[in-house]
Amino acid sequence: MRRLADLVLPVLVAVLLLGFWEWKVAHDAIPAYVLPAPSAILRALADNFPSLMASLWTTLTVTLLAFAAATIAALALAILFSESRAAQRTLYPYAVVIQVTPVVAIAPFILLWIGYDRVTVAETIIAVVVAFFPILSNATLGLRSADFNLIDLMRLYGASRWQILWRVRLPTALPALLAGMKTAGGLALIGAVVAEFVAGSGTATGLAWRIIESTNRLDIATAFAALALLVLVGLAIFHGLSLVEYLLLRRWHESAITRR
Amino acid sequence: MLSLSHVAKRYPNGTEALAGLSFTVGDGAFVSLLGPSGCGKSTALRLIAGLLPPDGGTIQWSGAKPEMGFVFQEPTLMPWATALANVRLPLDLQNVPRAEAETRAEAALARIGLGGFARAYPRELSGGMKMRVSIARALVAQPKILLMDEPFAALDEPARAALNDDLLRLWREDGMTVIFVTHSVSESAYLSERVLVMTPRPGRIAADIALPPGPRERLSPQFLESQRLVSTALQKAAA
Repeated sequence: MRRLADLVLPVLVAVLLLGFWEWKVAHDAIPAYVLPAPSAILRALADNFPSLMASLWTTLTVTLLAFAAATIAALALAILFSESRAAQRTLYPYAVVIQVTPVVAIAPFILLWIGYDRVTVAETIIAVVVAFFPILSNATLGLRSADFNLIDLMRLYGASRWQILWRVRLPTALPALLAGMKTAGGLALIGAVVAEFVAGSGTATGLAWRIIESTNRLDIATAFAALALLVLVGLAIFHGLSLVEYLLLRRWHESAITRR
Repeated sequence: MLSLSHVAKRYPNGTEALAGLSFTVGDGAFVSLLGPSGCGKSTALRLIAGLLPPDGGTIQWSGAKPEMGFVFQEPTLMPWATALANVRLPLDLQNVPRAEAETRAEAALARIGLGGFARAYPRELSGGMKMRVSIARALVAQPKILLMDEPFAALDEPARAALNDDLLRLWREDGMTVIFVTHSVSESAYLSERVLVMTPRPGRIAADIALPPGPRERLSPQFLESQRLVSTALQKAAA
C-alpha cells in the first residue's frame, strides 16, 4: 500500500502539472518559441528521435566515463591518504583548490590544451574534475573510520597493511564511498553539460549542445526534449547508484534497513 | 610461561599507566587482573599481546611467543560479515583452506552455543550473542593463551553469568592460559585460580591471591570467602 502510494502520488502530481501547462499554453496562446506545450515537446522528441538518441549516447558516454574515472582516481588517492598522513598533508590542499575553482572558468583552458579535435576527451576531463571531490572526501573519511580494535586484532594475527585495507578499511568505508558516489554521479552529468556548453557548436554533439543549438534556431520544443532526456539520465544515474547501495548494504548497514 | 618484569608504560600525554609491573603466569592458568578503572590493566594486556611496546622492563615467554586470542570489551565484529565469516577471520589470515576454515568456524560457534547462527549478521544478534561470536573467533585458531579485556562488562547479569560458566567450561576443555582483565570482584573470584590485584594508576601488583581450585558454586560459603579475600585486597590496594 505504502509502495503504491510512493509511485502513484508523484505521478499524479506530474499529470496535474503537465495538464495545467498544456492548458495554460493553449488558453493564453503562448508562442512555441517562448514556452512549448508538453504535447509539442513530445512531438519534437518523436520527430528528432534518432539524432536525439545519438546525442544522448554522447553525453551518457562522457558522463559515465568521467564518473568511473573520478571514482577510481578519488578512491586511489583516498587510500593513499589513509595510509600516509604525510601524503594527505601534502596533497589535500590541492584537492581542495581543484574543488573550489569554478569549473566553468577553467573549462576553456582544458579544451584549449586538449584540443578541439579531441573534444570528448576534454569534456570527460572537465566532468572528472567536477565529480572528483565528493568521492575523495567521503572515501577518506570512511577509510579513517575503521574500528581501531579490529585493526589491532588484524595486527595480532599478523595481517599485512594490504590485508587490513582490504578486509577492514575498505568495507568500513563502503557506505561513505557510496554516498560520495551518489553525489558525484549527478555532478559528472553537470560537468559534462558545462563542458558541452563551453565547447560550443561545431565540435560538441551531446544533449547540452542540442539545447544551445535548438534554442539558436528558436526550436524551443526540441531544446526541452533534450533537457527532458538530460533529466532522465540524471535520474537513471541516481536510482542506479541507490540500487547498488541497497544491494551492497541491505544486510548489515543501518542506513539500508527498514525498521519493522 | 609468561613473565613480566618491572614493566613501565606511559601514555602519549606523559601520564604513567604502569610502573614496575611484575608477575608471572604459568601455562594453563586462569589469572584475573583486577583493579579500579584507569589502573592500566587494559594497557598491560595490550603490552602482553604485543600491540604496544613497553617503555621499560621486559615481557618474556618461555620459548617462542605463543599463538594468542584476544577478546575486547566490545565484541569488535565486522558488521558486514556473517557470524561465520567473523569467526573464520584468524584462519583466513593464516591461509587455512576455505572449506576447512568453514568447518572449524562452525564448530567453534557450536561449542559456544551459536550453532544455528552461522549466517546471521552481527546486527541481528543480541549483545551476549555478539560476545559469543567474539569468543568463538578468539578460540578458533586454538590459541595457547587467551587475553580478555573486560569482555562481559557491558552485558546484563544473566548473560554475564551464562558466559562465565561457558568460559570456564571451554578453559577446562582446552587447557589454554587465560588472562582476564576485570573490575568486578565477584567475576574474578568466580572465574580464576589466581587474582592479581592492581593499584590505582600507575598500576603495579598490590596482591597476588590464590583461590581454591575446583567447580564454583555461586552461593557457597567458599565463594563468599573468596570474594571477601579479593575485596579486602582491592580496598587495601586503593588506600
